[in-house]
Parts: sequence; structure tokens; C-alpha cells
Amino acid sequence: MGAFLEAIDLKKYFVIGHEGTVHRTPVTVKAVDGVSFTLQQGETFGLVGESGSGKSTIAYTIIGMYQPTAGSLLFHDLDLFGKGKTRPLALRKQIQIVFQDPGSSLNPRQTIRQILELPLRLHRSSSDLLTEVVRLLELVDLPPAYLYKYPYMLSGGEKQIVAIARALATSPSLIILDEPTSALDVSVQGKIINLLLRLQRELDLSYLFITHDLSLMRNVASRVAIMYLGKVCEIAEMSEFFTHPQHPYTQMLLSSIPVVTEEEERAKPVKVISTGEIPSPVNVPPGCSFHMRCPRAMEICQRVDPAMVSLGEGHTVRCHLFEQSQ
Amino acid sequence: MSGHPLLEIKDLYVQFNVYGGALKVLDGVNIEVHPGEKVGLVGETGAGKTTTMKAVLHVLPEPAAQITGGEILFDGQDILKMVPSQLKQIRGKGIAMIFQDPTLALNPVFTVGEQMSAVVQYSMEAGRNLTKREVRERSITTLKEVSLADPERLLGNYPIQLSGGMRQRICIAMALAARPKLLIADEPGTSLDVTIQDQVLRLLDELVEKRNTAIILITHSLGVVRERTDRVYVMYAGNIVENAPTTQLYSRSFHPYTQGLMAAVPKLTGGGVSDGIPGRMPAYLNPPQGCRFSPRCPRVMEICRGEKPMLREASPGHQVACFLYPRGNELEINTKWNVSSGG
Repeated sequence: MGAFLEAIDLKKYFVIGHEGTVHRTPVTVKAVDGVSFTLQQGETFGLVGESGSGKSTIAYTIIGMYQPTAGSLLFHDLDLFGKGKTRPLALRKQIQIVFQDPGSSLNPRQTIRQILELPLRLHRSSSDLLTEVVRLLELVDLPPAYLYKYPYMLSGGEKQIVAIARALATSPSLIILDEPTSALDVSVQGKIINLLLRLQRELDLSYLFITHDLSLMRNVASRVAIMYLGKVCEIAEMSEFFTHPQHPYTQMLLSSIPVVTEEEERAKPVKVISTGEIPSPVNVPPGCSFHMRCPRAMEICQRVDPAMVSLGEGHTVRCHLFEQSQ
Repeated sequence: MSGHPLLEIKDLYVQFNVYGGALKVLDGVNIEVHPGEKVGLVGETGAGKTTTMKAVLHVLPEPAAQITGGEILFDGQDILKMVPSQLKQIRGKGIAMIFQDPTLALNPVFTVGEQMSAVVQYSMEAGRNLTKREVRERSITTLKEVSLADPERLLGNYPIQLSGGMRQRICIAMALAARPKLLIADEPGTSLDVTIQDQVLRLLDELVEKRNTAIILITHSLGVVRERTDRVYVMYAGNIVENAPTTQLYSRSFHPYTQGLMAAVPKLTGGGVSDGIPGRMPAYLNPPQGCRFSPRCPRVMEICRGEKPMLREASPGHQVACFLYPRGNELEINTKWNVSSGG
């Protein structure tokens, strides 16, 4: 059996305008530029990167909001974009998403009941809608009294819980969590995260967890991929990732995290001073996109884009430093 | 600390008059900042951090916002009693502010140079107008101080042409142009990425240290405060609930809210995520009687619901507003916050 979800050299370019007066050449942003990864059933795969690195574009491509420019996405060995047809309902049902800001992902003019009924109607649930909605609320520990509330009556955390219940309505096997707690305060975040972990155990869900918070990632994911300007620079098992980060960017990222205890301070890699600006995604430098900020940049980095190198069990890095040592 | 404080907020009460009543936001806030001190103000969204600082600069949207009590002394003078011409002397030269989102803080239709020139002109001693050339030179040196490369070119750029980190550094340059004695930085790194946030905060640190500028760093990130400040004030629902030297607060905190907040931060070393603090921050229209944290506090007592706890010294230099610590110099009482192991 193949992987649960597999991305093979996935690319998504956006044309944002045209240049030139006679010969109109399109200006493109390479939001996702050749990304490959696999997601196993029942795991939480973390996708980390700074804003604009292409994390959300990957998420939206997986649920089908975008058509990839090149590459393929296999779900149970089935091409999600096979032959350009619209995705069958049965397949859409399997993959659901929870967005970052529950304030804008819930319709303000609908009650919680209406919000939760919509996916059930679309996917022609056979059972009684009201019973089903109540069951969904129970699943996420919300009392039935919430049925007739409007989103504005709920706190940010509760809104996100409703969004999670909506994602569960079609009984999916994969849920994409696009920064599910970054719009919430820390004191509320924990409740949502622990709910998600409980649901994962009970319903055998697989998560693609997108965040920029590495401390949070440490506590939820089993494997992580780090993205920088549309490309993956490192993929590793969670414990391996935090104990032996290899890519200079990963090291810079990890050592820049502000932490609250001495113990964590010691767990961080040796400080890599962060320098330089993140280049604009419209104008990505040639060679390795990180070479301008990299403390260990070599001559080759300015010309050649490095390829993914395997460093052993599930640990891959995209950096010239490791190509040479092989 | 010795000497008299640079900024002293004493028992500040602020309310917002809205349809249906008054939102009693600030409920007796006390903060002291000494010259050259780095102070952190932590709290969650809606705790009143920004309202406090807006009161300090006297930029609250009056008359909707009303300061109903207290005083704010800057260098011994009460800001709240100042007339506009005196305030003009304080803003920029005495106290400057950096905002969370540099994209909103800069005007999109003017070039960086045009925006800088107004600040540079103002920062000079009154009475003499600078020539265009002098303004340009001063702008360039100011930009160089925040280690921006190629300042000559930057002056002709519009904010949209720059990255978030560069915009924030321009805001820092402008705020520091008039050499203020106190800098208020309102979530200066929050809208930036982790590695860029680190750069900006490090730069800010170096600059204030070099000039002995006092800084109030407002943030919701306990990690940032731990790395960048000398003293922390923890704010909850319009009250300061705890204040202590930074190292002391992180080694032992007294207030159940502070402890809950610390436990709620996911740790880089793993071990699962705490369930957080149950409930939510009270509405300001009708805040709870007594301690505003009492409805969420696992250690709530009879007295908490009726009487408001005052800040008192629990150990030297460490103040807490909680009835669990009635005597002064004592041991912390650890509130157990539920942590479920995940991952």
C-alpha cells in the first residue's frame, strides 16, 4: 500500500501581473516550487515556515481550492487532480480544513446549527440532521444549547471549536489545520490543541498541521517539514529535528525562538545570528534561496539550487553542505 | 531601584463610555519605570496594555474614553494636567512609541524620505529650520543607526517597496530620532517572522542600551519578555496582578494567573500542552466584584469575590495582587494546572 497522502514535486505559480509594453511577459510568484513529502495515516505532519513561504498554498491545493501548476498529489494512490475533472464528492468528504481565523471562517448570519448542517446536506447524510448536529457538538464538548447561537455570541476559542466540528461533519480521514490557534491567546490555545489530539486518537484522524510556532509544533507533530520561499529545506522526525537540526536555516529558526525556561534555553541549538531580509517571492535569488542570509554560504550556493539529500531514516535536507560530504 | 522614577503611573482608572453603559477598562494601574530600565508589560488580548500606554501619551479617543482617576507623572510632571503645547514637548522628545504593525504606522502615499523629514525637522531644537540638504543628511544618519543598508535609495522608496522588517526598522529610526527618554514598543515583533523578530528586537535592545533610553515592551509573548527585559508587569483585565524582576518572575511566580499563563506556553522541550486557563476574560461592561480573576481562579476564596486585592510585596521587589499572600515575605503557592501529554 502506498502512502496516505503524497505530494510529488508539487508546484503552484501565480501570475500577478505583466511586464513590458510590446512583449508582455507574465510576472509570476512561485508560491510552491517543487515540494515533495508523504503523510502517513494517523500521524500529525507539521509544516513550518515564515509567512509567504507557501504553507497555506499547499493546504489550499490539497483541499482543491487551487489547481497545481505542475506535479501531483496522491491520496491513497489516487491522483487528486486526475484528468482535470472536478473532484468527486466522496473524495472531497475525506479531506477537510480548519482555517486560521474563526472570526471570518464562520458565516456571521447563520446559527451554529445552520453552519454545521451545511456540510451534512452537501454530502447527503442519511441520518436525521438535527441528531447529527447534536452529536457533532457532543464530540467537541459543546452543550446542545449552542445550536441556536450566532458566532458573535461565542468567544474566539469556542468559534474555533465550532469550525473543528464543521470539519468533522463529513467524517474525514485527513484534516488540514491551517494555524488553528495563532489567532487565539495562549491560555485558550491549550484547550483547542488538546481537543484536536483527543479527536485524533478517537477518530483515527491524520493531520497536516500548519504553524509558525515551533514550540507548539514540538508538542503536537510526529514529523516536521520546514519551508522557506516555496521550497522544503528539511524534513525530519520530531525528536531528531529538535536534537539534530541540520539545515542552516532550521538552526537559525530554532535558535531565534523566544522561550520561557532555562531548560528550553539549553535545548536550543547554538545561537545562529539572524541577518538579512527575506527576499521577495517575486524575485527569488538564483541558486539556493537562502544563500544571502546563510552563515555558511559557499560559492556554489549562489549558482546552483541544491537537491534534497537523505541523511538517514526519514531525515532529508536540501543544502550543498551535505551534498559534498556524500 | 534608587532615584526617582522617569515614569510613574499611579492608580490609573480609564473607562470607555459606550451605548449601554461604561466599560471600566483600567482598574487602578500602577507602573513605575526608571531611567534606562527595560520594562515588560505582558497580558493577553484585551487586558488593557495598549490602553494604558495610550493614556501615557494622552492619545486616548476622548471623550468616549475617560480617565476617571489617577495620575501619570513623567519626570515629575503630571501628563494628564498638561495643555497641548506641553504635550507636544513630551511626545517624540520625551516619550516615543513604536506600533505593532509597521505597515499601518507608515503612510503608504509618501516616500520614506518625506515621512522622515517631518520627524527630523521636528526633532531639532525649536527656532531653526533645517535646509533640505541638512534634513536629508540627518535622515540618512538616522537610517544608518538602525543598520539599514543603502539609506540614500531607501529615502526615495514607498513603504510598499520594503519588507516588513525594514519597515519596522524605519519606524524605530523615526521613534528614536528625537532621542526620547522613554520608548514604548507595542508588540514590535509580533507581525514579523521569528528570525526577523529576533533581528528587530536585538537592534532595539542595542539602541536603547547605547543611549540609556528606558523602554516599555508591550507583548503577549512571555518568551520575548524573558529575553529582553529587567522587570515585568503582568496585566489581567485592567489590573496589574504581579510585578517582579524578570529573572525572579520566571523562576517563581506567585499569582495563579501568571502561573497558569506560564504553564500554558508550549515548551520547546515537549511534554504536552496545558489545557490553559478555563473560561475567558470578563466583559468590561460588568466586571466581577472583587478580584477580576476570581471567576477563573482554581484557588478562589470567599474574600476574592467581595474585595479587590491590592498589590503588595510578597518578597523583596516582587509584588502580587492576590489574597493567597496576605503576610509579605513568603513561599509561593503553586496552583496545579492540568497538563495533558500529547504528541
